[in-house]
Formats: sequence, C-alpha cells, structure tokens
Amino acid sequence: MAGATMAGGQSSMRAEMTSLDVPAPDPAYYCPAYRSTALRSPKNPLRILPAGLTERRAPVFGPSRVRPEDADLTAGLAGEPLGERVVVAGEVLDAAGRPVRNQLVEIWQANASGRYNHSMDKHPAPLDPNFAGAGRCLTDDLGRYRFITIKPGPYPWQNHHNAWRPAHIHFSVFGTNFTERLVTQMYFPGDPLLPLDPIYQSIRDKNAALALVSRFDLGTTVEGWALGYRFDIVLGGPTVTPVEL
Amino acid sequence: MTTPTPSQTAGPFVSIGTAWATGDATIDGEGSVVVSGKVFDGAGDPVGDAMMEFWQADAEGRFPPEVPPPWSGFARVLTAPDGSYQLVTLKPGAVPGASGESQAPHIDVSIFARGLQQRLVTRAYFSDEGPANATDPVLAALPEAARATLVAERETEEPRPAYRLDFWLQGGKETVFFAPW
Ligand SMILES: [Fe+3]
Repeated sequence: MAGATMAGGQSSMRAEMTSLDVPAPDPAYYCPAYRSTALRSPKNPLRILPAGLTERRAPVFGPSRVRPEDADLTAGLAGEPLGERVVVAGEVLDAAGRPVRNQLVEIWQANASGRYNHSMDKHPAPLDPNFAGAGRCLTDDLGRYRFITIKPGPYPWQNHHNAWRPAHIHFSVFGTNFTERLVTQMYFPGDPLLPLDPIYQSIRDKNAALALVSRFDLGTTVEGWALGYRFDIVLGGPTVTPVEL
Repeated sequence: MTTPTPSQTAGPFVSIGTAWATGDATIDGEGSVVVSGKVFDGAGDPVGDAMMEFWQADAEGRFPPEVPPPWSGFARVLTAPDGSYQLVTLKPGAVPGASGESQAPHIDVSIFARGLQQRLVTRAYFSDEGPANATDPVLAALPEAARATLVAERETEEPRPAYRLDFWLQGGKETVFFAPW
C-alpha cells in the first residue's frame, strides 16, 4: 500500500504503541558464538503486536491428522532401529499454567549415530534404514505427550573448531494462541557437551536453560524395555498476560 | 509460575519434522490468491532452509473453532534453495484487533531456520486494501518506510490475483518484526 497515508486521528495511538518496551528475547537473536545468527538476526528493535483475534487463536489439529503410531519413532519401517530405545514424556502448559489439551507436538532428531535422515547432513556416520527421525502426537486431556524413540547421538557441526552439538531432540509445540508457538530443543542430563554448546549457552536465564535438560524418570521408564526421560514445556514468553478467550 | 521454556533454533533440518504438515491452508479454487516471494539474509543471500508458517482468518474474518473444518487457517511452506516460497490461499477478511477495532486483512507469518534463535514474526497485508490498511492500527503504529515492508504488492490478475512480498531478515530493507510472544 505504498502511498497510503495515516489518518490524523491515529497519531496518538502510534505514540502509545511504540512507547511499550519489548523485553529482550532470551536467547537473543544475535549470538556471536553461534555463527549462523550473524546474518540472520534482525538489527531493528522488535515491535509489539497488539493481541488481536489473530493472536488469540491457534491452529487446531484434529485427531484425523495425527495417527497414534506417529508417536513411536521406532516403528513403521521394516525393522527396528539401532541404538538405545527411550521414552520421552511430559506435559505442555500454557502461560497461565493450564494444560494445553489436544494440541500438536512434533519432534525430529538425529539417529543413534548422530546422523540426520536429510540430504544436507554430511556427517560421515551411518544412516539407519529403520529410523526416519520424526514423530508427532496430540497432547491428551491433561496436556500430556509421550514418544518412543532412540536416544540421538551427538554430532559435529561447522560452527567452530571441534564443535559438537550435545545430543538433542528438536521439539515443535503449539499452544492455545499464536503467541505461544514454540520451537526448541530437549537435551539429556549430564551431557558433557552442554557447557561447550553456543546454542544452549546462549540462554542468559540459567533457570530457563536448565528447563531444556530432560530428567531421567523411573516412573516413565518401562521395566525391561526402555529408560524414560521427562521433559515438561511451559509456553508463553515474558510479555504474555492471560487474555480472555 | 514456572519460567517459560526458552526457544532454540529449528536448525538446518527443520523439514524432517515439519514437512508432513505443509499445505494445510493451500486452498486452490475459486477466489484463491497467491502470495509469493523470497526470504533474504543480511548479505542479500537467499535463505533456502527456512520453514514458514502462515496463520490467517477466513474470508469472513473468523478463526477456528468459530469456523469449522476443513478450514484450518494454517499453512506451512519450506523455502526452496533460492529462498522462494509460495502460498495459495483464500484472501482473509478483516478481523477484530486488540480492543475490538477492525484490522485490515492480513496473514501472520512466522519464520523458523538455522541461525534464528527464536521464530521471527511478521505480517503480510495486501496492497489493494488501501482504505483498510490506512486505518489498520498495527500499520498505523509504524513509520511509512517500515509499513511498506509488510504490504504484499498485487502483481497480476490472471489466472488469479498474485501478490509479492519478500522478507529481509536484516539490513537496509529489513522487514518489520514483532515480538513473537
Ligand atoms: Fe539438531
């Protein structure tokens, strides 16, 4: 709409909206130790998007889209994948602490050798014909999710000399409104690479960073079959205030 | 209340976990429009490994659950190696804003990629909605030059209306981005 002019009556609204301070994102978009952020991080300050209807709603993924077997990354191919079978489970809460019910959780990860099933992954570690590395499920009525998978291996990357990513599972989560959309990574307890990882270390709030490390959970562990790890997710960032739906 | 779980980059292999759900709001039929363009980084190079999400109202300005399936209002697109994306959708209607005022037709756009520690959130408005855009409170809060980065330019009429909008993550043409929370 090049040339559209702003009505005179809008100027007071403009002053009001730009005076709002946006809390600094954590992690910041620009993180010098994580090289790929250099050319992909915006330099202008973020603006506040007032919570209109667009922001107070979220996509609804019905059960017809997600099959129960999609939550088992060890199934669906000809044989069983190699590696350590694990159960990863937890609950998804919204910014107000309420369970996020019947909402989509997606994960993707490297195989036990640290190799992704992706044409651009050049790590000279074996692919596993029985492991595609992607899963999805809907949370239940209490906001709970549960995946069966293989513990991913660490892998090298080109960020700096002798750079290795700690073992991690990528998580993609939807909330009950647009502002709760989250993509993050889950780590494993005791990983010696965590202190060396610029992506993990870019989180300034150390309590928040600890929340990305799953914990071993005997209750999630299945006797004689698989260790269990617990990873709970709380959606909503620093500016979120509960809104009437 | 517990600390919100922090974001981490979707990484270079985001397509592994998200490609299955592409195309939800890709509604190809009478009344549909095309929105396409490219995503560029601060050096002007294409961002060929991004995952984009589009979230919008239907033609009457409604979202799920007020509008029944199969309308989802949601689409995903993986950018091509040349940074390009294309969305085929129905043009959204005007929707209520934060205090009930009307917002011009728009699509909320999220970008996820390697090197993006949080998703980027922006909007696509439509250049042929001049009067509605002129009173839109989100556009009105922006300086003129910044406003233009959010408006998809209508380019063709046939076979259906096509709009072009490029996203610049950084640099002189940097797109206006909103706090994602
Ligand atoms: Fe990864």
